[in-house]
Amino acid sequence: MTQTATSHVIGQPLDRTDGPLKTTGGARYAAEFRPAGLCHAVMVLSTIPAGRIVALDTAAPEASPGVLLVLSHRNAPSLPKHGDAAFDPPAGRVLSLLQDDDVHYNRQPIAVVVADSFEHAVAAAALVHAQYERASPALDFQRERAHAHTPKDVNHAPPDKRWGDVAAGERVAEVRVDAIYTTPMQTHNPLEPHATVADWQNGKLTVYDATQYVSGVRDALAKTLGMAADDVRVVSPFVGGGFGCKGSTWSHVVLAAMAARQVGRPVKLVVDRTQMFGPVGGRPHTRQRVALGARRDGTLTSIRHELVAQTSQIEDWTEPSAVVSRMMYACPNGATSHRLVKLNIGTPTFQRAPGEASGNFALEVAMDELAVSLHVDPVALRLRNYAEREPATGKSFSSKHLRECYAQAAERFGWSRRTGAPRSMRDGNTLVGYGMATASYPAHRMAASARAVLQPDGTFVVQSGSQDIGTGTYTVMTQVAAETLGVPPAHVHFELGDTRLPPAPVSGGSMSAASVGPAVQAACRQLRERLVSLAVADATSPVHGSPSSAVTIDDGWMIVRDNPSRRETLAAFAARHRQPLEASAEAKPGDAKERYALHSFGAVFAEVRVDPELGVIRVPRVVAAYDIGRPLNLKTARSQMQGGIVWGVGFALLEETLLELRSGRIANANLAEYHVPVNADIQSIDVLFVDHPDYAFNPLGIRGIGEIGITGVPAALANAIHHATGRRLRDLPITLDKLL
Amino acid sequence: MRAFDYVRAERIDDALTALAEGNTRCLAGGTNLLDLMKGDVEQPARLVDITHLPLAGIEPLPDGGLRIGALVPNSDLANDRRIRERYPLLAQALVSGASPQLRNMATVGGNLLQRTRCHYFVDVGFDACNKRKPGSGCTALEGPNRIHAILGASNRCIAVHPSDMCVALAALDAVVETQSRGGARRIAMHDFHRLPGTTPQRDTELRHDELVTAVTLPPSPFAEHSRYLKVRDRASYAFALVSVAAALDLDGDRVRDARIVLGGVAHKPWRARDAEHALVGHALDDATLSAAGAAATHGARPYHDNAFKVTLAQRAVVRAIREGART
Repeated sequence: MTQTATSHVIGQPLDRTDGPLKTTGGARYAAEFRPAGLCHAVMVLSTIPAGRIVALDTAAPEASPGVLLVLSHRNAPSLPKHGDAAFDPPAGRVLSLLQDDDVHYNRQPIAVVVADSFEHAVAAAALVHAQYERASPALDFQRERAHAHTPKDVNHAPPDKRWGDVAAGERVAEVRVDAIYTTPMQTHNPLEPHATVADWQNGKLTVYDATQYVSGVRDALAKTLGMAADDVRVVSPFVGGGFGCKGSTWSHVVLAAMAARQVGRPVKLVVDRTQMFGPVGGRPHTRQRVALGARRDGTLTSIRHELVAQTSQIEDWTEPSAVVSRMMYACPNGATSHRLVKLNIGTPTFQRAPGEASGNFALEVAMDELAVSLHVDPVALRLRNYAEREPATGKSFSSKHLRECYAQAAERFGWSRRTGAPRSMRDGNTLVGYGMATASYPAHRMAASARAVLQPDGTFVVQSGSQDIGTGTYTVMTQVAAETLGVPPAHVHFELGDTRLPPAPVSGGSMSAASVGPAVQAACRQLRERLVSLAVADATSPVHGSPSSAVTIDDGWMIVRDNPSRRETLAAFAARHRQPLEASAEAKPGDAKERYALHSFGAVFAEVRVDPELGVIRVPRVVAAYDIGRPLNLKTARSQMQGGIVWGVGFALLEETLLELRSGRIANANLAEYHVPVNADIQSIDVLFVDHPDYAFNPLGIRGIGEIGITGVPAALANAIHHATGRRLRDLPITLDKLL
Repeated sequence: MRAFDYVRAERIDDALTALAEGNTRCLAGGTNLLDLMKGDVEQPARLVDITHLPLAGIEPLPDGGLRIGALVPNSDLANDRRIRERYPLLAQALVSGASPQLRNMATVGGNLLQRTRCHYFVDVGFDACNKRKPGSGCTALEGPNRIHAILGASNRCIAVHPSDMCVALAALDAVVETQSRGGARRIAMHDFHRLPGTTPQRDTELRHDELVTAVTLPPSPFAEHSRYLKVRDRASYAFALVSVAAALDLDGDRVRDARIVLGGVAHKPWRARDAEHALVGHALDDATLSAAGAAATHGARPYHDNAFKVTLAQRAVVRAIREGART
């Protein structure tokens, strides 16, 4: 039989199924839910980094028009385990829930004002005045570095890992690179800030939340409030960007629920832009030492990657930057370590490619430095050390086609035009630089479940309690379902973002598609088999009497393969079956993780142009090729990569959260002074995919793509800037002042 | 935002009466004032909406100059043919500021009255800010101060004036026209904005009961050779780290007259008179250019994070003059 439209839905550049809703305002985001009687909450945040609240004047705000409640440590209900009952990252974090008068960081929630209107709540919140007894804060990373400690683990991996004999590797090295690389504090700024609407009805709680993890929020709320998980429902149909900050349940979510219970009305709490800078995480400052040893031919003999990063006083959260060096290059001897410095800051968190983005910068600039020392081409150096097996474990990769990425991206970029010496390429007075770096991100997968239901009109509702954080989950899952069922994508309505749906994991760690996709596929496959077996047993069906194996579903038709005139539409079939037909399935990762090293790879090439007098850096083009398994949708995949590259440009050149060291308060807590790239900063971005399905990882052959796009870009740009200017800049962001 | 009263002025007298009653601010485009009110930095008891006043025209003056009404939107001004032909420096400065959306809302009068750029001024969570709370101190002196002033600052305040338009207006010898119930005033652009001194809470010479009604431009000898160069952290939608308005009146390659005004380096548009002196009467050769660049930052006093601005300003001056001379 010939292949028809629905046998190749997966991979097609299908327009986003939720695009019309989003462009017409029909997509409802968390803050747009309005249960009857909704009132408005505003958080009041601390203005000191450490100490105690000794007096809190709530008389004025309580007397302010429309105010229903001023919740603070003085009147907040006492929570189980002091509010820490749900601690279990990523969902459950150490929160600030008004359980005591302690202040551990600047912009810590210290009160919540609830009023009948947003305006009244904001006006009253400005009247809350705290008096503090100040304690001496730890804020200076350089000074506190002497007291760094070893965390228990880094994302379930050991903080320290050694393989081979790194000292011996260093002894035989003929060339060495040993330098310190730093990345600044950064703060996520999704277009939609965090927002929660909490609604209690008869002791049960419904929460509309901007989250990457509806079941995580449900469990965190239930445990923190001492409730049964079944009594909490979390709904999140649309999320305006997550990037990791919405992977955890932060204080405001619980505070909204506490406030709503107290006032006996539904409460909306939106974290305003300024409040994004402190109480809801961000990427910590990292200081990384990378020391490489190599022979004259470029073969690596040793690698050290030592991270020291910030965390808060209340929780250890580690940016796992050194983990990338455990897998990237075929080096027989390595030592990697992670250390934390406790400061009076808000706890850092997952921010797009946590660890990989920052760690890759250090490793890939060090590799560039080694290439310069050896007078070899940076691509050739990477090929010389190409890892066929993960060096720290000896495992082979499930599917690795990084050589193709280097070759295709280099070709498209025109890498061969690069002249090796720094400052050797110019366009008039402008210095031109070409730089490259390897990109990588691990492939994660967790158990997920899905349900598929045939509707009376012959279309399908397919459901999973996953999330679409702007990445395209609705669209790609529609494609997986449509192809598996044998129907056009328009016949599938995908639902997600609700704890009443079959559970799915956090939309973090680039794992949603690879986790939920197989569950959707399994549920749809079961339903399809069931439909066929019912049809062949149904005397009124044109396919009646055929063996099930002889019947297929294609383009919405049930068809006998060898005799296509015997067919009927699913609509006709469904019309005869009054009771809903459905199938549910759970898909769990097998032993792939034990057997293989699971990673996506890429190669990023960038051109920079530097004004030699003013230091202004422009990025006319980035070309990148990725080995991410099988792309589910070429359009959304390309968008993901372009978005990641744009953020990589910001990471390299712009983004920096500034900490004022006496107050511990972030100085540039707004989008006027916290710079992310604007359109004018971004020119040509060319994304290629080497299309090799990874069936060892999952039955769809896909690996997640949410995060790899940001990796490699900072290093490629820093390396290009070195090529353009001869200046080796190891501290991000590379702003123009560093080039003067 | 705190509650406030709102009144709409139908006539200029209405606005002047409202202003005379005190604790009243004018609302035009609102692009700066409303942000600051939301942040609780500005707490006016009353706003008088002046958007209906007849101040949105650009009219020719008998001397060949132009009078620009205070309510002319920045985008209209930048696109006005007379401005583009006779004062291209101003058009360049305008389009380098903010974003198209903001330029559509922002007015000439509002642009003149933008509050200064400083992390600690716009965040009431920082206790110390002499501009917000006179006598409370200056967080910027010790805190991150990469964006702050290198010229004309005081130990009370190192905030910088944020406008691009004003830098060009200063180079074009513009005059600000104001009105109050006490009468009209004409204030030279160069005198309109203040240095912080001991009273950083006052950004301008405008009194609380005065309304900016217009800005006038004299006929300009600089239309042929001028350049507004803005150096910033990203390609668009960012304040200047350093900007330069270079306006040259050339006689062959000799400089007959010049204006060099810097933005992003001081509490006001910083007229670099020493740089102008280094240019006037000289041929525009490399020696003159580098002398002008060096002179532009005479008296500079950088802080912990912003020493680069001295070098950057010098180089930007050279670049702007060079490019201005070529146009």
